[in-house]
Amino acid sequence: MTQTRLTRRKFLAATGATIGALPISGMNFPKDMGPGPRPYGEPSPFEQSVVRFLPKTSTPASSYSRTPLQDMFGIITPSGLHYEVHHSGVPEIDPQNHEVMIHGLVERPLIFTMEDFHRLPSVSRIHFLECAGNSGGEQIARPARDPQRSHGLLSCSEWTGVPLRTLLDQVGLKPGASWMVAEGADAGRMARSIPLEKALDDVLVAYGQNGEALRPEQGYPVRLIVPGWEGNVSIKWLRRVQVVDQPYMSAYETAHYTDLMPDGTARQFTFVMEAKSVITRPAGGQHLLGAGFYKITGLAWSGRGRITKTEVSVDSGKTWQVAQLNEPILPKALTRFRLPWWWDGKETSLQSRCTDETGYLQPTREELVAVRGLHATDHYNGIKVWYVRANGEVNHE
Amino acid sequence: MNKIALYITCALTAVAIAALGQSQQYKLGRPATPEEIRELDISVAPDGSGLPKGRGTVVQGQGIYETLCANCHGDRGQGMLQYPALTGGQATLKSSDPLRTVGSYWPYATTVWDYIHRKMPYARPGTLTPDQTYAVTAFVLYLNGILNKEAELNETTLPHVKMPNRNGFVCDPRPDVRSKPKNP
Repeated sequence: MTQTRLTRRKFLAATGATIGALPISGMNFPKDMGPGPRPYGEPSPFEQSVVRFLPKTSTPASSYSRTPLQDMFGIITPSGLHYEVHHSGVPEIDPQNHEVMIHGLVERPLIFTMEDFHRLPSVSRIHFLECAGNSGGEQIARPARDPQRSHGLLSCSEWTGVPLRTLLDQVGLKPGASWMVAEGADAGRMARSIPLEKALDDVLVAYGQNGEALRPEQGYPVRLIVPGWEGNVSIKWLRRVQVVDQPYMSAYETAHYTDLMPDGTARQFTFVMEAKSVITRPAGGQHLLGAGFYKITGLAWSGRGRITKTEVSVDSGKTWQVAQLNEPILPKALTRFRLPWWWDGKETSLQSRCTDETGYLQPTREELVAVRGLHATDHYNGIKVWYVRANGEVNHE
Repeated sequence: MNKIALYITCALTAVAIAALGQSQQYKLGRPATPEEIRELDISVAPDGSGLPKGRGTVVQGQGIYETLCANCHGDRGQGMLQYPALTGGQATLKSSDPLRTVGSYWPYATTVWDYIHRKMPYARPGTLTPDQTYAVTAFVLYLNGILNKEAELNETTLPHVKMPNRNGFVCDPRPDVRSKPKNP
């Protein structure tokens, strides 16, 4: 370290600044110059607890991590905190050697390089991704103790890329084309079938996330973003799109991500993530510092479009108040809501329910279980309840 | 036949897309050669589209299974620790303790072939040849009582294997839960 250290006195003398220009308070502020800029910034060391939660899994390759929703502001998830679900680990891919082939029922099968994608017209859109299994534990009456553990397989980013429709225009669809198979370049070559109707509507071939390249664990260098649908179909590390005339019935659309009903049948192609909300503050794992004013805030989202209303109950579901929705309110994106609350210091419970632009209202857990039973734990979207104790503790049960 | 049955079940699949209208051509991307397509295209459909030529017997599959699969899935496909069971569970789907396995749940034999071909063995996915994949698929189906011990599978016979839960799937009927708030 050869950096010259200036004392405050020397600094004042050198700059001729007056004491009045400096902050005067009882708080400590640095007497020494801090370090200079760095090539890639990191959060403050005081934010070290704001990290993804990695549950213990049998192997590192087949694993997941959860976003710390209780510590998030606004609607964008920092890229390094985006939830992950991997079935064959994170591949390391050199973009110079990565290509995406589009073939099948097309007039002109083509192979695109990353440079091709960057040259094509692009769009940027804010969309949430949610794992089909997010908060499935709530359905089977095993509520998780904080928002990260209950709803943390949920994140929202600004995605930049080429509309898949533009690419399908380049290859030209042949008659009979009705589905596509998207495949990743991970070791297990994850593949999902997607109806062409959706592919031509709003699917993106994305290379950008929150203003920079995708993170490796989010599909670097290029992935699908299938807005509003269960996260698994947004194939990461995209390497191949095959236009076909039928769904190909991969294991991830038959054996997994299908919901088993009480009558023994299972639901298939349960793509859309229905309207759902969760209070992230005050929420489980947090502690209220006595009676007084608190802002209740949380997130609402719907795979069918925009959130039009979010209601909050602060009296264990007896009455509901309409919460304020923070701008922007975007389709298939997280929407931040807030409600002012004067806590009287008594035991109560907090819960939220949202309505989307189709008029669909988020159901209670009991209403959902009455229809779907206890074995269809994917695509759960019931109301989440947090219990406030008189001592200020907020619990999940 | 598969397709017709599916179209009846799922309105979603019946949407054939009319050719796109006039579109801007950017002349980017290079043509994919038939060789390049052949090399990358590993997709397999329920009607057998995409299955490579090959064959494998239950007996051949047993040898491969014992070497590469039994360590995790157990010698009879019963599953071990966190590794899923491949057998059992038939007639449990309506019960309070359903067990979803290849035999009790998976609707298509082609899916079994495709999953083994893509993802197995777990630590070295994609290393089985088509013949080995037919053989292991045959053995797993034999363990489930779906094939007999003398059976052989190939690209023609595999799509015709009738899985016990073939008709157990319905298309997404949501929105299915109509919330009726007591205090609107």
